[in-house]
Amino acid sequence: MSTLMNAPDQRRYDADVVIVGGGFMGAATAFFLRQRGRSVILLERGLVGQQASGVNFGNVRRQGRFLPQLPLANRSRAIWGRLPELLGEDVEFLPSGHVRLCYDPVHLDALEEYAKAARQLGLDLELLSQQTVRKRFPYLTHEVAGASYAPVDGHANPRLAAPAFARAAVRAGAKVIENTEIAAVEKDGEDFRATATDGRIFRAPAMLITAGAWGSLLSEQFGEAVPIVARGPQMSVTEPIPYKMREVFGVMTKIEREVVYCRQIPRGNIIIGGSTRGPAFPDIRRAYALPTSTMTQMAEIRRLIPAFGRLNIIRTWSGIEGYMPDDRPIMGPSGKVSGLFYAFGFCGHGFQLGPGVGDVMAELIDTGSTTTPIEPFQMARFAVPVAVAGGVDE
Amino acid sequence: MAQPRVIVIGAGPAGVRCAQTLVAAGIRPTVIEEGRRDGGQIYRRQPESFKRSYETLYGDTADRAKSLHSDFDALRSQIDYRPETLAWNVANSMVYAVKAGVSTPVPFDALVVCAGATDRLMPIPGWDFAGTYSLGGAQIALKAQACSIGRQVVFMGTGPLLYLVAAQYVAAGAKVAAVLDTSPFSLRIGALPKLLAQPAALAKGMRLVASLKRARVPLYSGVKLIEITGDAHDGVQGVVFDDSKDVRRTVQCDAVGLGYHLRPETQLADLARCEFEFHAGRRLWMPKVDDMGRSSVKGVYLAGDSARVLGADAAEASGRLAAFAVLQDHGHKVPADQVQAAEASLARIRRFQAGLNQAFPWPHAQAADLPDHAVVCRCENVTAGDLRHVVNEMGAQEANRAKAFSRVGMGRCQGRYCGVAGAEIIAQAAGVPVELVGRLRGQAPIKPLTIAVEDPA
Repeated sequence: MSTLMNAPDQRRYDADVVIVGGGFMGAATAFFLRQRGRSVILLERGLVGQQASGVNFGNVRRQGRFLPQLPLANRSRAIWGRLPELLGEDVEFLPSGHVRLCYDPVHLDALEEYAKAARQLGLDLELLSQQTVRKRFPYLTHEVAGASYAPVDGHANPRLAAPAFARAAVRAGAKVIENTEIAAVEKDGEDFRATATDGRIFRAPAMLITAGAWGSLLSEQFGEAVPIVARGPQMSVTEPIPYKMREVFGVMTKIEREVVYCRQIPRGNIIIGGSTRGPAFPDIRRAYALPTSTMTQMAEIRRLIPAFGRLNIIRTWSGIEGYMPDDRPIMGPSGKVSGLFYAFGFCGHGFQLGPGVGDVMAELIDTGSTTTPIEPFQMARFAVPVAVAGGVDE
Repeated sequence: MAQPRVIVIGAGPAGVRCAQTLVAAGIRPTVIEEGRRDGGQIYRRQPESFKRSYETLYGDTADRAKSLHSDFDALRSQIDYRPETLAWNVANSMVYAVKAGVSTPVPFDALVVCAGATDRLMPIPGWDFAGTYSLGGAQIALKAQACSIGRQVVFMGTGPLLYLVAAQYVAAGAKVAAVLDTSPFSLRIGALPKLLAQPAALAKGMRLVASLKRARVPLYSGVKLIEITGDAHDGVQGVVFDDSKDVRRTVQCDAVGLGYHLRPETQLADLARCEFEFHAGRRLWMPKVDDMGRSSVKGVYLAGDSARVLGADAAEASGRLAAFAVLQDHGHKVPADQVQAAEASLARIRRFQAGLNQAFPWPHAQAADLPDHAVVCRCENVTAGDLRHVVNEMGAQEANRAKAFSRVGMGRCQGRYCGVAGAEIIAQAAGVPVELVGRLRGQAPIKPLTIAVEDPA
């Protein structure tokens, strides 16, 4: 065997920013960095947008979020509305309205309080009484006690969104390198270095980790491991029927199996998500839709919209999402290494945020600060107190 | 020693022989069958109230059909038989079996998938008009319901099923307007040495062709199919093709039977997480199996056409072998002579089938040459041009990526009928070998599942 053939590829690539992880966050940041004139390399182990970014439900939803996240979600929503002009492509975003409903009347107060607080933060919600829900959405179960309605939220196609950002980034001059597994990340003097398994080296004075459920495997190389857990959303889709249902519906509940949501696309299919999450296997990059989850989901969607009992589902799927113990992502600068940034662990609610995260991270990397508050998401919240020699941790 | 819990999926020739062999060893398998009756496709049984004779239904394979059916009838009290039941998913050593809207998880120690095959289809402009059937579908209409797919039928494609179904239609008194074979006659001569591995099968093929000639059915070899003509309202009206001398011809008809051999039904193997390999000769991905049908996953076995498309006789042999493999793996002694006999018979059939592949090749270049306006995925109405667009403009070079961007294979059939040709179009547009395009991953439910599905627990 020729030794030459086995020699590692020693080519070097340099840019202002190296991004590791080609999901929605990475692809959007690459795009917005190019808008700011920064050279950028985006590295993806498989194909862009294959994992959490591509397998999720496609909700472009702001209501129900952790309130301090609303400014970011609003910034993102504004970009969603401009995507065709920004990207030159349609990712099937439809601002067709989002309905968050509850079965248990005790949750009505919570919906009302949320709406009040959200209004202060720039999100207008309409509260719908049980009678209004019945009148406006007669196909919903009469169990619905009330709802809040976000008129300009909606849904988009997760299979298209991240790849569309990556293609637009490439057209704007970014290097997007797929099928490239990064073995090591480190800081080497002034520069960061990412070394691929085939020996290629990527260098830049700034690095952004956007590796989703695999984020901690990279951040721990900088001494910042976090307790991220991989889970698999459980999705299904029906055969197509005439397009009638414009709004996205989601159940607000404290009971995990009751969580169910659905949306119809103009093609006619109804996409269903929610109920129990499944396990995911980051080492083999697979997560499976479990038959038991499908069964639960069918029972719960039938409860929400009884007429769906006449439809068939034709496909189910899952994928790998990263969850943090406090259900908040990690977003912002490293707590330890200057020039290093993170945006991962979006806990099943990152799709709507994608464009906003890209814009904010590009701003942060380019200018050193951001006009949108992201403090609650700092990596530093997981910093472990350093034990003093001979001392005792408190 | 407790007997292993064995599930056999499918009561065709492979499934029946597998169940029979297990029963003989003292095991009571669960047999899950999607259809109303046993027999599979080739030995499909007519509804109970129909009265056609075995000879009418199965011709010179009447004895084999009778033997398979009566052996299965004799097994009924010794197996847990579940007809009209769809195995819609496999996970965590359970088969999820849905019958009349109730899904029951059935645990197993060994799962033998004998799920059969469906037609391998090559799209052609106009195949989305009503009146286009697969060859297998045309055959089932006749066998199960005594119906012809039309008044004047053209059969086209390639492979032995093309001649078999056409001859069956003629025998049933239907008007066959033409038989159009994309494979040139010369290839059949070249394949003769291999075809002689099964002289009886070869002779049968020649008898079929002779019966078509006697009935004055126009037969063309080496054709290039151009389009099925018709319209959305009235459906199929004719077929346009170039004959072997490049003369353009038209045949009027109101139905078309189309097919290019078969492709294995592999979704259950996929859901059971079996490894697949690419077979260059057939240009198909198939699950990895050893000589006795063991897959790459412990406890999962594959037999019949769902493992390797080799036809009904091979299915019987491989069904027995898979049962022997299950028995061996659970500490039973198996009769060495029977294993050897089944293996020898399979080896002969494999050689014969290699001859068939040589004589009637999959014309992959025709898929690659399809005009942009031709529909490839009929469920989602995705054209060859749409597919080329996602390759050329969106960078999709892999089957599942092209599916994500274009919706090819995303409909009810989940790529069963467009996946293979779709891969050829992607490969040609991307300028890569078809094996690099990969294959569409199976996703549950393997067929549409009602949302009204209930869990008995």
